[in-house]
Amino acid sequence: MQEALRFRLSDSEPLGRAEIIEQARFGRRGPRTVSRGLSLTIRNLSKSFGDNEVLRGIDLHIPAGQFVAVVGRSGCGKSTLLRLIAGLETATAGSIDIGEQARAEDIRVMFQEPRLLPWARVLSNVEVGLGRERASVDAQARAESALVEVGLGDKRAQWPAVLSGGQRQRVALARALVSRPRVLAFDEPLGALDALTRISMQRLLERVWHDQGFTAILVTHNVSEAVALADRILVIENGGIAHDIDVDIPRPRRRGSAELAALEGSILKNLLQGTGDTSDL
Amino acid sequence: MSLVDSLPRVRAPKLPRADGLIPWIVPLAIILTWQIACVTGFVSARVLPAPSDVALAGWKLALSGELARNISVSFWRASVGFLIGGSIGFSFGLANGLSQLSSKLTDTTLQMVRNIPHLALIPLVILWFGIDESAKLFLVALGVFFPIYLNTLHGIRTVDPQLIEMGRIYGMSDGELFRRVIFPGALPSIFVGLRFALGIMWLTLIVAETIAASSGLGYMAMQAREFMLIDVVVLSILIYALLGKLADSASRALERLTLSWHPAFQKH
Repeated sequence: MQEALRFRLSDSEPLGRAEIIEQARFGRRGPRTVSRGLSLTIRNLSKSFGDNEVLRGIDLHIPAGQFVAVVGRSGCGKSTLLRLIAGLETATAGSIDIGEQARAEDIRVMFQEPRLLPWARVLSNVEVGLGRERASVDAQARAESALVEVGLGDKRAQWPAVLSGGQRQRVALARALVSRPRVLAFDEPLGALDALTRISMQRLLERVWHDQGFTAILVTHNVSEAVALADRILVIENGGIAHDIDVDIPRPRRRGSAELAALEGSILKNLLQGTGDTSDL
Repeated sequence: MSLVDSLPRVRAPKLPRADGLIPWIVPLAIILTWQIACVTGFVSARVLPAPSDVALAGWKLALSGELARNISVSFWRASVGFLIGGSIGFSFGLANGLSQLSSKLTDTTLQMVRNIPHLALIPLVILWFGIDESAKLFLVALGVFFPIYLNTLHGIRTVDPQLIEMGRIYGMSDGELFRRVIFPGALPSIFVGLRFALGIMWLTLIVAETIAASSGLGYMAMQAREFMLIDVVVLSILIYALLGKLADSASRALERLTLSWHPAFQKH
Protein backbone atom coordinates (compact mmCIF):
# COMPACT_ATOMS: atom_id res chain seq x y z
CA MET A 1 0.00 0.00 0.00
CA GLN A 2 2.77 2.35 1.00
CA GLU A 3 4.63 1.48 -2.17
CA ALA A 4 1.66 2.18 -4.41
CA LEU A 5 0.99 5.50 -2.77
CA ARG A 6 4.58 6.57 -3.20
CA PHE A 7 4.74 5.79 -6.90
CA ARG A 8 1.48 7.54 -7.59
CA LEU A 9 2.84 10.63 -5.98
CA SER A 10 6.10 10.54 -7.84
CA ASP A 11 4.40 9.99 -11.21
CA SER A 12 1.65 12.52 -11.00
CA GLU A 13 3.45 15.37 -9.31
CA PRO A 14 7.19 15.09 -9.68
CA LEU A 15 7.96 18.79 -9.61
CA GLY A 16 6.89 21.92 -7.85
CA ARG A 17 5.36 20.12 -4.90
CA ALA A 18 5.47 21.58 -1.42
CA GLU A 19 8.62 21.27 0.61
CA ILE A 20 6.73 19.32 3.25
CA ILE A 21 5.76 16.54 0.84
CA GLU A 22 9.34 16.40 -0.35
CA GLN A 23 10.53 15.91 3.20
CA ALA A 24 7.94 13.27 3.91
CA ARG A 25 8.75 11.32 0.74
CA PHE A 26 12.42 11.22 1.42
CA GLY A 27 11.74 10.12 4.95
CA ARG A 28 9.50 7.27 3.84
CA ARG A 29 11.80 6.08 1.11
CA GLY A 30 14.45 5.09 3.60
CA PRO A 31 18.04 4.16 2.81
CA ARG A 32 18.98 3.01 -0.67
CA THR A 33 19.19 -0.71 -1.14
CA VAL A 34 21.72 -1.67 -3.85
CA SER A 35 23.67 0.84 -5.87
CA ARG A 36 23.60 0.21 -9.61
CA GLY A 37 26.35 2.76 -10.18
CA LEU A 38 29.86 2.02 -11.34
CA SER A 39 32.98 3.19 -9.58
CA LEU A 40 35.56 5.31 -11.37
CA THR A 41 39.28 5.22 -10.86
CA ILE A 42 41.35 7.93 -12.50
CA ARG A 43 45.12 7.64 -12.43
CA ASN A 44 47.60 10.38 -13.33
CA LEU A 45 45.24 11.84 -15.93
CA SER A 46 46.64 14.63 -18.11
CA LYS A 47 45.21 16.44 -21.08
CA SER A 48 46.82 19.07 -23.27
CA PHE A 49 45.46 21.01 -26.21
CA GLY A 50 48.61 21.94 -28.10
CA ASP A 51 50.88 23.71 -25.64
CA ASN A 52 48.05 24.36 -23.25
CA GLU A 53 48.07 21.81 -20.43
CA VAL A 54 44.51 21.73 -19.13
CA LEU A 55 44.70 18.83 -16.70
CA ARG A 56 47.91 17.84 -14.91
CA GLY A 57 48.15 14.40 -13.38
CA ILE A 58 44.77 13.97 -11.73
CA ASP A 59 44.31 11.02 -9.35
CA LEU A 60 40.77 10.35 -8.24
CA HIS A 61 38.57 7.51 -7.04
CA ILE A 62 34.80 7.86 -7.13
CA PRO A 63 32.94 5.04 -5.33
CA ALA A 64 29.87 3.52 -7.00
CA GLY A 65 26.70 5.57 -6.58
CA GLN A 66 28.37 8.69 -5.24
CA PHE A 67 27.11 12.14 -6.25
CA VAL A 68 30.22 14.20 -7.00
CA ALA A 69 30.17 17.88 -7.90
CA VAL A 70 33.12 19.43 -9.69
CA VAL A 71 33.47 23.19 -9.26
CA GLY A 72 36.06 25.68 -10.38
CA ARG A 73 36.50 28.88 -12.36
CA SER A 74 35.89 28.98 -16.09
CA GLY A 75 38.73 27.38 -17.98
CA CYS A 76 40.02 25.42 -14.99
CA GLY A 77 39.57 22.14 -16.86
CA LYS A 78 36.44 20.84 -15.13
CA SER A 79 34.52 20.35 -18.38
CA THR A 80 37.55 18.68 -19.94
CA LEU A 81 37.64 16.23 -17.04
CA LEU A 82 33.99 15.41 -17.65
CA ARG A 83 34.48 15.03 -21.40
CA LEU A 84 37.36 12.64 -20.74
CA ILE A 85 35.24 10.56 -18.38
CA ALA A 86 32.43 10.47 -20.96
CA GLY A 87 34.86 9.39 -23.65
CA LEU A 88 34.40 12.53 -25.76
CA GLU A 89 38.10 13.35 -25.63
CA THR A 90 41.14 11.13 -25.41
CA ALA A 91 43.61 11.66 -22.60
CA THR A 92 47.17 12.79 -23.31
CA ALA A 93 48.40 10.57 -20.46
CA GLY A 94 46.97 8.50 -17.65
CA SER A 95 43.94 6.25 -17.45
CA ILE A 96 40.28 6.17 -16.49
CA ASP A 97 38.82 2.85 -15.33
CA ILE A 98 35.07 2.67 -15.16
CA GLY A 99 33.57 -0.34 -13.40
CA GLU A 100 34.35 -3.82 -14.66
CA GLN A 101 32.53 -4.21 -17.96
CA ALA A 102 30.98 -0.84 -18.78
CA ARG A 103 29.00 -0.76 -22.04
CA ALA A 104 28.49 2.42 -24.09
CA GLU A 105 24.92 2.66 -22.77
CA ASP A 106 26.18 2.65 -19.18
CA ILE A 107 27.69 6.11 -19.42
CA ARG A 108 25.54 9.06 -20.41
CA VAL A 109 26.16 12.79 -20.61
CA MET A 110 23.81 15.70 -20.22
CA PHE A 111 24.93 19.06 -21.57
CA GLN A 112 24.06 22.65 -20.84
CA GLU A 113 22.08 22.71 -24.10
CA PRO A 114 19.36 20.08 -24.36
CA ARG A 115 20.60 19.05 -27.85
CA LEU A 116 17.22 17.65 -28.86
CA LEU A 117 16.54 16.85 -32.51
CA PRO A 118 14.10 19.61 -33.50
CA TRP A 119 12.62 17.41 -36.24
CA ALA A 120 11.79 14.51 -33.95
CA ARG A 121 8.85 14.41 -31.54
CA VAL A 122 9.61 14.32 -27.83
CA LEU A 123 9.16 10.55 -27.62
CA SER A 124 11.51 9.81 -30.54
CA ASN A 125 14.05 12.13 -28.98
CA VAL A 126 13.95 10.03 -25.83
CA GLU A 127 14.21 6.81 -27.87
CA VAL A 128 17.52 8.11 -29.26
CA GLY A 129 18.89 7.54 -25.75
CA LEU A 130 18.45 3.78 -26.03
CA GLY A 131 21.58 3.57 -28.18
CA ARG A 132 21.89 0.21 -29.89
CA GLU A 133 18.68 -0.99 -28.24
CA ARG A 134 16.64 1.54 -30.25
CA ALA A 135 15.25 -1.21 -32.48
CA SER A 136 14.07 -3.44 -29.63
CA VAL A 137 10.34 -4.10 -29.26
CA ASP A 138 9.95 -2.39 -25.91
CA ALA A 139 11.84 0.75 -27.00
CA GLN A 140 8.73 2.89 -27.07
CA ALA A 141 7.47 1.66 -23.71
CA ARG A 142 10.84 2.37 -22.12
CA ALA A 143 10.96 5.86 -23.62
CA GLU A 144 7.46 6.54 -22.34
CA SER A 145 8.30 5.46 -18.81
CA ALA A 146 11.42 7.65 -18.86
CA LEU A 147 9.26 10.59 -19.91
CA VAL A 148 6.80 9.89 -17.11
CA GLU A 149 9.73 9.77 -14.72
CA VAL A 150 10.66 13.38 -15.54
CA GLY A 151 7.01 14.44 -15.43
CA LEU A 152 6.48 14.97 -19.16
CA GLY A 153 4.33 11.93 -19.99
CA ASP A 154 1.73 14.16 -21.62
CA LYS A 155 4.22 15.86 -23.95
CA ARG A 156 5.30 12.75 -25.87
CA ALA A 157 3.79 13.87 -29.21
CA GLN A 158 5.02 17.49 -29.07
CA TRP A 159 7.80 19.06 -31.11
CA PRO A 160 10.73 20.27 -28.98
CA ALA A 161 10.20 23.80 -30.34
CA VAL A 162 6.97 24.24 -28.36
CA LEU A 163 8.50 23.24 -25.01
CA SER A 164 9.96 25.65 -22.46
CA GLY A 165 13.68 25.63 -21.68
CA GLY A 166 13.15 23.64 -18.50
CA GLN A 167 10.92 21.09 -20.24
CA ARG A 168 13.50 20.61 -23.00
CA GLN A 169 16.16 19.97 -20.41
CA ARG A 170 13.85 17.42 -18.76
CA VAL A 171 13.43 15.66 -22.12
CA ALA A 172 17.23 15.59 -22.38
CA LEU A 173 17.33 14.06 -18.90
CA ALA A 174 14.78 11.42 -19.91
CA ARG A 175 16.92 10.63 -22.96
CA ALA A 176 19.98 10.22 -20.74
CA LEU A 177 18.04 8.04 -18.26
CA VAL A 178 16.22 5.76 -20.69
CA SER A 179 19.14 3.35 -21.13
CA ARG A 180 19.39 3.02 -17.31
CA PRO A 181 22.96 4.38 -17.24
CA ARG A 182 25.27 3.49 -14.39
CA VAL A 183 27.32 6.69 -14.68
CA LEU A 184 25.66 9.98 -15.52
CA ALA A 185 27.84 13.01 -16.24
CA PHE A 186 26.27 16.46 -16.15
CA ASP A 187 28.02 19.38 -17.83
CA GLU A 188 26.37 22.49 -16.39
CA PRO A 189 22.95 21.03 -17.18
CA LEU A 190 21.05 23.80 -15.40
CA GLY A 191 23.27 26.70 -16.40
CA ALA A 192 20.81 28.19 -18.87
CA LEU A 193 17.69 27.92 -16.71
CA ASP A 194 16.02 30.58 -14.60
CA ALA A 195 16.34 30.41 -10.81
CA LEU A 196 13.00 28.73 -10.04
CA THR A 197 13.22 26.16 -12.85
CA ARG A 198 16.75 25.49 -11.72
CA ILE A 199 15.63 24.61 -8.20
CA SER A 200 12.90 22.25 -9.38
CA MET A 201 15.38 20.64 -11.79
CA GLN A 202 17.85 20.18 -8.94
CA ARG A 203 15.18 18.34 -6.98
CA LEU A 204 14.39 16.20 -10.01
CA LEU A 205 18.06 15.31 -10.47
CA GLU A 206 18.37 14.43 -6.81
CA ARG A 207 15.25 12.25 -6.97
CA VAL A 208 16.26 10.26 -10.08
CA TRP A 209 19.75 9.82 -8.70
CA HIS A 210 18.26 8.56 -5.44
CA ASP A 211 15.81 6.24 -7.24
CA GLN A 212 18.18 4.82 -9.84
CA GLY A 213 21.43 4.78 -7.91
CA PHE A 214 23.79 5.76 -10.74
CA THR A 215 27.12 7.43 -10.08
CA ALA A 216 26.61 11.14 -10.74
CA ILE A 217 29.29 13.61 -11.77
CA LEU A 218 28.04 17.18 -11.92
CA VAL A 219 30.21 19.93 -13.36
CA THR A 220 28.92 23.30 -12.28
CA HIS A 221 30.07 26.85 -11.63
CA ASN A 222 27.29 27.27 -9.14
CA VAL A 223 28.61 26.44 -5.69
CA SER A 224 25.21 26.52 -3.99
CA GLU A 225 23.99 23.91 -6.49
CA ALA A 226 26.99 21.72 -5.71
CA VAL A 227 26.43 22.07 -1.97
CA ALA A 228 22.72 21.28 -2.27
CA LEU A 229 23.17 18.13 -4.37
CA ALA A 230 26.55 16.50 -3.88
CA ASP A 231 28.02 13.95 -1.46
CA ARG A 232 31.42 15.27 -2.29
CA ILE A 233 32.76 18.42 -3.91
CA LEU A 234 35.97 18.61 -5.91
CA VAL A 235 37.47 22.04 -6.42
CA ILE A 236 39.63 22.15 -9.56
CA GLU A 237 42.35 24.74 -9.84
CA ASN A 238 45.20 25.02 -12.31
CA GLY A 239 44.47 21.63 -13.82
CA GLY A 240 44.57 19.74 -10.51
CA ILE A 241 42.25 18.91 -7.61
CA ALA A 242 42.80 21.72 -5.10
CA HIS A 243 40.22 20.59 -2.53
CA ASP A 244 38.27 17.40 -1.97
CA ILE A 245 35.39 18.14 0.38
CA ASP A 246 32.94 15.60 1.82
CA VAL A 247 29.46 17.00 2.32
CA ASP A 248 27.88 15.03 5.12
CA ILE A 249 24.76 17.12 5.50
CA PRO A 250 21.78 14.71 5.65
CA ARG A 251 19.23 14.64 2.82
CA PRO A 252 16.77 16.05 2.06
CA ARG A 253 18.68 19.30 2.37
CA ARG A 254 16.76 22.47 2.97
CA ARG A 255 17.78 25.19 0.59
CA GLY A 256 18.94 28.29 2.37
CA SER A 257 19.75 26.49 5.63
CA ALA A 258 22.66 27.84 7.70
CA GLU A 259 24.69 24.64 7.27
CA LEU A 260 24.59 24.80 3.48
CA ALA A 261 25.30 28.52 3.46
CA ALA A 262 28.35 28.10 5.70
CA LEU A 263 29.79 25.38 3.48
CA GLU A 264 29.06 27.39 0.35
CA GLY A 265 30.79 30.39 1.88
CA SER A 266 33.95 28.49 2.72
CA ILE A 267 34.17 26.95 -0.76
CA LEU A 268 33.64 30.33 -2.42
CA LYS A 269 36.35 31.77 -0.22
CA ASN A 270 38.73 29.08 -1.41
CA LEU A 271 37.81 29.72 -5.01
CA LEU A 272 38.29 33.44 -4.75
CA GLN A 273 41.64 33.23 -2.98
CA GLY A 274 44.34 34.48 -5.20
CA THR A 275 42.14 37.06 -6.88
CA GLY A 276 42.28 39.14 -3.68
CA ASP A 277 38.54 39.60 -3.97
CA THR A 278 37.45 38.22 -0.60
CA SER A 279 36.30 41.48 0.89
CA ASP A 280 32.59 40.68 0.75
CA LEU A 281 32.81 37.16 2.20
CA MET B 1 7.62 33.31 -31.21
CA SER B 2 4.49 33.54 -29.09
CA LEU B 3 3.71 37.00 -30.44
CA VAL B 4 4.02 35.92 -34.05
CA ASP B 5 1.94 32.85 -33.28
CA SER B 6 -0.82 34.84 -31.77
CA LEU B 7 -1.19 37.36 -34.61
CA PRO B 8 -3.11 35.23 -37.13
CA ARG B 9 -5.28 33.86 -34.34
CA VAL B 10 -6.28 37.32 -33.28
CA ARG B 11 -7.05 38.40 -36.83
CA ALA B 12 -8.69 35.22 -38.02
CA PRO B 13 -12.25 35.88 -36.81
CA LYS B 14 -12.38 39.30 -38.51
CA LEU B 15 -11.52 37.96 -41.97
CA PRO B 16 -13.34 34.66 -42.38
CA ARG B 17 -12.13 32.61 -45.38
CA ALA B 18 -10.48 35.69 -46.90
CA ASP B 19 -6.90 34.59 -46.23
CA GLY B 20 -6.71 32.48 -49.39
CA LEU B 21 -8.05 35.27 -51.60
CA ILE B 22 -5.87 38.14 -50.42
CA PRO B 23 -2.83 37.20 -52.58
CA TRP B 24 -5.00 37.36 -55.73
CA ILE B 25 -6.34 40.88 -55.15
CA VAL B 26 -3.33 42.60 -56.75
CA PRO B 27 -3.12 40.41 -59.91
CA LEU B 28 -6.87 40.75 -60.47
CA ALA B 29 -6.70 44.51 -60.02
CA ILE B 30 -3.89 44.71 -62.57
CA ILE B 31 -5.87 42.71 -65.14
CA LEU B 32 -8.94 44.87 -64.53
CA THR B 33 -6.99 48.12 -65.00
CA TRP B 34 -5.39 46.67 -68.09
CA GLN B 35 -8.79 45.72 -69.57
CA ILE B 36 -10.17 49.19 -68.90
CA ALA B 37 -7.11 50.87 -70.41
CA CYS B 38 -7.50 48.80 -73.60
CA VAL B 39 -11.26 49.19 -73.96
CA THR B 40 -11.11 52.97 -73.54
CA GLY B 41 -8.37 53.17 -76.17
CA PHE B 42 -5.81 54.49 -73.71
CA VAL B 43 -3.51 51.65 -74.81
CA SER B 44 -3.44 50.69 -78.48
CA ALA B 45 -4.25 47.05 -79.27
CA ARG B 46 -1.06 46.97 -81.35
CA VAL B 47 1.01 47.64 -78.26
CA LEU B 48 -0.90 45.50 -75.79
CA PRO B 49 -4.07 43.51 -76.55
CA ALA B 50 -6.86 43.51 -73.99
CA PRO B 51 -7.00 40.60 -71.51
CA SER B 52 -10.24 39.53 -73.15
CA ASP B 53 -8.46 39.23 -76.53
CA VAL B 54 -5.67 37.26 -74.89
CA ALA B 55 -8.22 34.92 -73.33
CA LEU B 56 -9.90 34.54 -76.73
CA ALA B 57 -6.57 33.67 -78.36
CA GLY B 58 -5.97 31.14 -75.58
CA TRP B 59 -9.37 29.61 -76.17
CA LYS B 60 -8.71 29.24 -79.91
CA LEU B 61 -5.31 27.65 -79.32
CA ALA B 62 -6.82 25.36 -76.70
CA LEU B 63 -9.49 24.23 -79.17
CA SER B 64 -6.92 23.44 -81.85
CA GLY B 65 -4.92 21.42 -79.30
CA GLU B 66 -1.82 23.49 -80.00
CA LEU B 67 -1.75 25.06 -76.54
CA ALA B 68 -1.92 21.77 -74.65
CA ARG B 69 0.73 20.25 -76.89
CA ASN B 70 3.16 23.13 -76.40
CA ILE B 71 2.60 23.30 -72.66
CA SER B 72 3.12 19.58 -72.23
CA VAL B 73 6.32 19.65 -74.32
CA SER B 74 7.70 22.51 -72.22
CA PHE B 75 6.58 20.87 -69.00
CA TRP B 76 8.26 17.61 -69.97
CA ARG B 77 11.53 19.38 -70.82
CA ALA B 78 11.42 21.35 -67.60
CA SER B 79 10.83 18.34 -65.38
CA VAL B 80 13.30 15.99 -67.06
CA GLY B 81 16.01 18.66 -67.11
CA PHE B 82 15.25 19.48 -63.51
CA LEU B 83 15.42 15.85 -62.42
CA ILE B 84 18.76 15.30 -64.15
CA GLY B 85 20.42 18.51 -62.98
CA GLY B 86 18.81 18.40 -59.55
CA SER B 87 19.85 14.84 -58.79
CA ILE B 88 23.43 15.42 -59.93
CA GLY B 89 23.60 18.65 -57.90
CA PHE B 90 22.11 16.93 -54.88
CA SER B 91 24.59 14.04 -55.12
CA PHE B 92 27.55 16.39 -55.37
CA GLY B 93 26.18 18.46 -52.49
CA LEU B 94 25.89 15.35 -50.32
CA ALA B 95 29.29 14.01 -51.30
CA ASN B 96 31.10 17.31 -50.78
CA GLY B 97 29.23 18.05 -47.56
CA LEU B 98 30.06 14.68 -46.05
CA SER B 99 33.53 13.96 -47.42
CA GLN B 100 36.54 16.23 -47.14
CA LEU B 101 38.28 14.36 -49.94
CA SER B 102 35.40 14.72 -52.37
CA SER B 103 35.08 18.39 -51.47
CA LYS B 104 38.77 19.07 -52.05
CA LEU B 105 38.66 17.19 -55.33
CA THR B 106 35.63 18.82 -56.95
CA ASP B 107 34.53 21.98 -55.15
CA THR B 108 37.05 24.36 -56.73
CA THR B 109 36.17 23.13 -60.21
CA LEU B 110 32.45 23.47 -59.57
CA GLN B 111 32.88 26.99 -58.19
CA MET B 112 34.73 27.99 -61.38
CA VAL B 113 32.07 26.51 -63.65
CA ARG B 114 29.38 28.19 -61.54
CA ASN B 115 30.64 31.62 -62.50
CA ILE B 116 30.00 31.02 -66.19
CA PRO B 117 26.46 32.21 -67.03
CA HIS B 118 24.94 29.01 -68.34
CA LEU B 119 22.94 30.86 -71.00
CA ALA B 120 26.26 32.02 -72.48
CA LEU B 121 26.73 28.40 -73.51
CA ILE B 122 23.75 28.48 -75.90
CA PRO B 123 25.83 28.96 -79.08
CA LEU B 124 28.10 26.11 -78.05
CA VAL B 125 25.18 23.91 -77.07
CA ILE B 126 23.52 24.50 -80.45
CA LEU B 127 26.75 23.49 -82.17
CA TRP B 128 26.96 20.36 -80.05
CA PHE B 129 23.35 19.20 -79.93
CA GLY B 130 21.66 21.16 -82.74
CA ILE B 131 18.14 22.19 -81.78
CA ASP B 132 17.43 18.71 -80.50
CA GLU B 133 15.69 17.93 -77.16
CA SER B 134 19.05 17.20 -75.56
CA ALA B 135 20.15 20.82 -76.04
CA LYS B 136 17.27 22.10 -73.90
CA LEU B 137 17.64 19.35 -71.31
CA PHE B 138 21.35 20.08 -71.03
CA LEU B 139 20.79 23.79 -70.43
CA VAL B 140 18.01 23.26 -67.89
CA ALA B 141 20.03 20.62 -66.05
CA LEU B 142 23.06 22.90 -65.93
CA GLY B 143 21.00 25.85 -64.67
CA VAL B 144 19.30 23.79 -61.98
CA PHE B 145 22.49 22.06 -60.85
CA PHE B 146 24.12 24.97 -59.03
CA PRO B 147 21.39 26.23 -56.71
CA ILE B 148 20.67 22.65 -55.63
CA TYR B 149 24.36 21.85 -55.21
CA LEU B 150 25.24 24.98 -53.27
CA ASN B 151 22.29 24.83 -50.90
CA THR B 152 22.60 21.10 -50.21
CA LEU B 153 26.26 21.61 -49.42
CA HIS B 154 25.52 24.62 -47.24
CA GLY B 155 22.74 22.75 -45.42
CA ILE B 156 24.96 19.80 -44.58
CA ARG B 157 27.91 21.94 -43.54
CA THR B 158 25.77 24.01 -41.17
CA VAL B 159 24.07 21.16 -39.29
CA ASP B 160 24.56 21.88 -35.59
CA PRO B 161 27.82 20.09 -34.60
CA GLN B 162 26.44 19.67 -31.08
CA LEU B 163 23.64 17.51 -32.47
CA ILE B 164 26.15 15.44 -34.44
CA GLU B 165 28.21 14.96 -31.28
CA MET B 166 25.03 13.98 -29.44
CA GLY B 167 24.23 11.41 -32.15
CA ARG B 168 27.69 9.92 -31.87
CA ILE B 169 27.49 9.73 -28.07
CA TYR B 170 24.21 7.85 -28.35
CA GLY B 171 25.84 5.30 -30.61
CA MET B 172 24.35 6.20 -33.99
CA SER B 173 25.98 4.52 -36.96
CA ASP B 174 27.03 6.70 -39.92
CA GLY B 175 23.87 5.79 -41.82
CA GLU B 176 21.66 6.49 -38.87
CA LEU B 177 23.43 9.75 -38.15
CA PHE B 178 22.77 10.84 -41.73
CA ARG B 179 19.14 9.75 -41.70
CA ARG B 180 18.21 11.09 -38.26
CA VAL B 181 20.45 14.14 -37.84
CA ILE B 182 22.30 15.41 -40.91
CA PHE B 183 19.67 15.09 -43.62
CA PRO B 184 16.74 16.54 -41.61
CA GLY B 185 19.05 19.33 -40.47
CA ALA B 186 20.02 20.17 -44.04
CA LEU B 187 16.47 20.00 -45.37
CA PRO B 188 15.43 23.65 -44.85
CA SER B 189 18.46 24.77 -46.84
CA ILE B 190 17.83 22.14 -49.54
CA PHE B 191 14.34 23.58 -49.99
CA VAL B 192 15.75 27.06 -50.49
CA GLY B 193 17.88 25.57 -53.28
CA LEU B 194 14.87 23.80 -54.72
CA ARG B 195 12.87 27.00 -55.04
CA PHE B 196 15.76 28.90 -56.60
CA ALA B 197 16.22 26.01 -59.02
CA LEU B 198 12.57 26.02 -60.06
CA GLY B 199 12.84 29.67 -61.02
CA ILE B 200 16.02 29.09 -63.02
CA MET B 201 14.43 26.04 -64.63
CA TRP B 202 11.67 28.11 -66.31
CA LEU B 203 14.00 30.95 -67.20
CA THR B 204 16.47 28.65 -68.93
CA LEU B 205 13.83 26.70 -70.75
CA ILE B 206 12.07 29.77 -72.13
CA VAL B 207 15.31 31.30 -73.40
CA ALA B 208 16.39 28.01 -74.94
CA GLU B 209 13.00 27.53 -76.58
CA THR B 210 12.88 31.00 -78.08
CA ILE B 211 16.31 30.55 -79.62
CA ALA B 212 16.40 26.97 -80.71
CA ALA B 213 13.25 24.87 -80.77
CA SER B 214 10.45 23.62 -82.99
CA SER B 215 7.86 23.18 -80.26
CA GLY B 216 7.08 24.37 -76.75
CA LEU B 217 5.85 27.60 -75.19
CA GLY B 218 8.89 29.64 -76.14
CA TYR B 219 8.60 28.44 -79.72
CA MET B 220 4.90 29.33 -79.74
CA ALA B 221 5.71 32.89 -78.63
CA MET B 222 8.41 33.26 -81.31
CA GLN B 223 6.13 31.94 -84.02
CA ALA B 224 3.42 34.38 -82.95
CA ARG B 225 5.90 37.25 -83.15
CA GLU B 226 6.71 36.30 -86.75
CA PHE B 227 3.02 36.60 -87.64
CA MET B 228 2.46 39.69 -85.46
CA LEU B 229 0.02 37.73 -83.21
CA ILE B 230 0.68 39.90 -80.20
CA ASP B 231 -2.18 38.33 -78.21
CA VAL B 232 -0.48 34.91 -78.39
CA VAL B 233 2.82 36.45 -77.27
CA VAL B 234 1.13 37.95 -74.22
CA LEU B 235 -0.67 34.66 -73.61
CA SER B 236 2.64 32.78 -73.48
CA ILE B 237 4.03 35.27 -71.01
CA LEU B 238 1.00 34.87 -68.75
CA ILE B 239 1.31 31.09 -68.92
CA TYR B 240 4.94 31.36 -67.76
CA ALA B 241 3.76 33.35 -64.77
CA LEU B 242 1.17 30.73 -63.89
CA LEU B 243 3.56 27.81 -64.33
CA GLY B 244 6.13 29.55 -62.18
CA LYS B 245 3.56 30.14 -59.48
CA LEU B 246 2.47 26.50 -59.72
CA ALA B 247 6.03 25.22 -59.23
CA ASP B 248 6.52 27.53 -56.28
CA SER B 249 3.27 26.42 -54.64
CA ALA B 250 4.22 22.77 -55.10
CA SER B 251 7.57 23.28 -53.40
CA ARG B 252 5.92 25.23 -50.58
CA ALA B 253 3.43 22.43 -50.02
CA LEU B 254 6.28 19.92 -49.90
CA GLU B 255 8.09 22.20 -47.47
CA ARG B 256 5.10 22.41 -45.15
CA LEU B 257 4.75 18.64 -45.26
CA THR B 258 8.35 17.79 -44.42
CA LEU B 259 9.22 20.72 -42.16
CA SER B 260 6.19 20.49 -39.89
CA TRP B 261 8.60 20.42 -36.92
CA HIS B 262 9.93 23.87 -37.81
CA PRO B 263 8.39 26.71 -35.79
CA ALA B 264 7.93 28.70 -39.01
CA PHE B 265 5.67 26.02 -40.51
CA GLN B 266 3.57 25.09 -37.53
CA LYS B 267 -0.19 25.34 -38.00
CA HIS B 268 -2.39 27.10 -35.51
